Amino acid sequence: MIRLFTKIIKTGNRTEALGKADHATELLGEQLSSAIRKKFQGSLAIREVDAGSCNGCELEIIAANNCYYDLERFGVHFVPSPRFADMLLVTGPVTRNMETALKMTYEATPGPKLVVAAGDCAINCGVFGKDNYAIAGSVADIIPVDAIIHGCPPTPTDIIRGILQAIET
Amino acid sequence: MIHEANTWFAECLSDHGIFTRYLEDHHPAAMSCLEVRRLDWANVAEEARRKNMRFVSLWAAEAGSHDKKALYAYMAFAHLEHRHVLLRTDLNEKDPSLPDISGHYISSVRMERSLQDMFGIRVEGLPDTRQWLKHEHWPEDVHPMRTTFPVDTRMPPVEDALSAGDLPETGYAFIKAEGDGIYEYPVGPVHAGIIEPGHFRFHAVGEKILNMEERFGYVHKGIEKRFEGLTAVEGARLASRISGDSAVAHAWAFAQTCEYAAYLDVPERAVILRGILCERERIANHIGDIGGVCNDGGFAFMNVQMQRLREEMARMHKDLFGHRLLMDTIIPGGVTCDLNADEQQRLAQQTSAIAREVEELRTIYADHPGIQERVIGSGSVSIEDAISIGLLGYAGRASGVYADERIEEAYPPYDRLDVRAPRGELGDVATRVWVRFEEVAESSRLVLALLKDLPEGSLQTEFIAPEAGTSGFDAIEGWRGEIAAWVRFGENGIIDRYAVRDPSEINWLGLELAVREVPVPDFPLNNKSFNCSYSGNDL
Repeated sequence: MIRLFTKIIKTGNRTEALGKADHATELLGEQLSSAIRKKFQGSLAIREVDAGSCNGCELEIIAANNCYYDLERFGVHFVPSPRFADMLLVTGPVTRNMETALKMTYEATPGPKLVVAAGDCAINCGVFGKDNYAIAGSVADIIPVDAIIHGCPPTPTDIIRGILQAIET
Repeated sequence: MIHEANTWFAECLSDHGIFTRYLEDHHPAAMSCLEVRRLDWANVAEEARRKNMRFVSLWAAEAGSHDKKALYAYMAFAHLEHRHVLLRTDLNEKDPSLPDISGHYISSVRMERSLQDMFGIRVEGLPDTRQWLKHEHWPEDVHPMRTTFPVDTRMPPVEDALSAGDLPETGYAFIKAEGDGIYEYPVGPVHAGIIEPGHFRFHAVGEKILNMEERFGYVHKGIEKRFEGLTAVEGARLASRISGDSAVAHAWAFAQTCEYAAYLDVPERAVILRGILCERERIANHIGDIGGVCNDGGFAFMNVQMQRLREEMARMHKDLFGHRLLMDTIIPGGVTCDLNADEQQRLAQQTSAIAREVEELRTIYADHPGIQERVIGSGSVSIEDAISIGLLGYAGRASGVYADERIEEAYPPYDRLDVRAPRGELGDVATRVWVRFEEVAESSRLVLALLKDLPEGSLQTEFIAPEAGTSGFDAIEGWRGEIAAWVRFGENGIIDRYAVRDPSEINWLGLELAVREVPVPDFPLNNKSFNCSYSGNDL
């Protein structure tokens, strides 16, 4: 145990001030009034949905939770079910085999809710292409989207900035 | 690159009266591709099993414009000494059918089911004929990998195929279990963590899992079809995204397959840089997964430390190679990145520092009774089962199967390195984690050795595609295990078929066996100890 505590003390606090984004976030739609968005600030529960990604975006979303970025310090945390989520963070082109699951997850999320599409695939199907029999479309083709975060994959900073922008506007 | 034709397996087969023909348009010659009669197909598999060969992959390809045949099926096996052998047989165009080989190699079942879905090939005697990649809402007569099916075909909307209120899972005949106190427990496709989608169907009594059945295909995004019509250079970007955590391994497998087909030598400096990239990817994924297993076992400290190290690696990758996950660093003909003297030093320093820290953390992990109690003895795969399935990578190395292409095939740059792979036998979560710790140390040693050996020279050779009809095959030891890839070029340097087998396609079977008799709450740490790719499986 002593080694464990020594390691914690030696490691110290590595969390950094949030850096500059590499890729842009765009806000779409007028789904929620700014008054409601404001209410999410300080405590936002997110359900992550991989609708067909290559898992690169997932790696970067996991990284947004590491000690350098510490997404939770902004009051944002990931939850295991859409039933108690305020936001869906969706990655990947939506495959034909995930279309129903994504719609059901959206339905299961209580309103008011936000949807952020993260990564180039979620925005325009990326390298896999919209003109593909196995792909149902981009996230916005399937469910209403409030904000999109560019990048292949977006960096952890891009992801955090995108999420915050979606609730702060 | 001049290799002698490998006639070993052809001779074994001819001893049993199985006639083969050596195909000239396949490269490299040392990995011979033999044509066999369709009626000998299952006998060939039987002979391969008898010779203790490992099943590598099974796929199909339509003949190109240069060929008067219609449709081919391929399978590949590997022998410890005699290495890879490919076999091909031609199928009847009107009613393509193929004998089942799953009686000899159980891992072939899902690949055979994919052949049924994607090519409409009937597999005679297949014990499990349920659709695999095509879920219930796909029209039955649609076979997306056939050339008569353009990649941009618009499929009918999913809702039209489902009756009202039906879930996509309703139509799938999961294995049933009945009896007092047995309950069924569906999980997914949307999982509780930040992971990929897939469906697990548990049967449990109390908290013990009786059986777990996997149902995948959710992230099937037409990757193999997408490759068709690309040039080799264009394909590299897609290959990097077959499974995001294996960006280097898949890009390397793709690039090397194309290079073999084209008889192209890659500059020495590029070969060594590929090795460095691949070993760094291995370290990053292993430490991330060790953290993940500990997190699922309630040992958050280890996860925080490991994710910190992983982040430090990602930052250096961005700095030196231009991408945090090392995507788009390898292309057919070479690499797209370089290291100057200062960068080499920084990379060496960080690699040693991370290896040191991982060793330090390993002693803390080993001394922590809370996590040890969870991992020791949980989710064992016996050596017998591991051989039967042909488990790959760390999952195999934890269960007495030591297949490692870096050692067996020793493709450059591993031909100059003495790779030492850990050899576990107990096959439980603890052993899989132990293998990963060992591999972090070994890969760090390899990175340092490769950095010392980095010659001056160019980074790329221009890729010139081979003649139409030429194919190539290779196997790369990615961090998860062997990636087997086969490419065939058509007219004007355009790829007309790329077939790739991610190690996950085989290792997922190991997880099904591992979690029998395991308490349901220990499923996550077992799953993480395998950490198979869904995207690489579903393609």
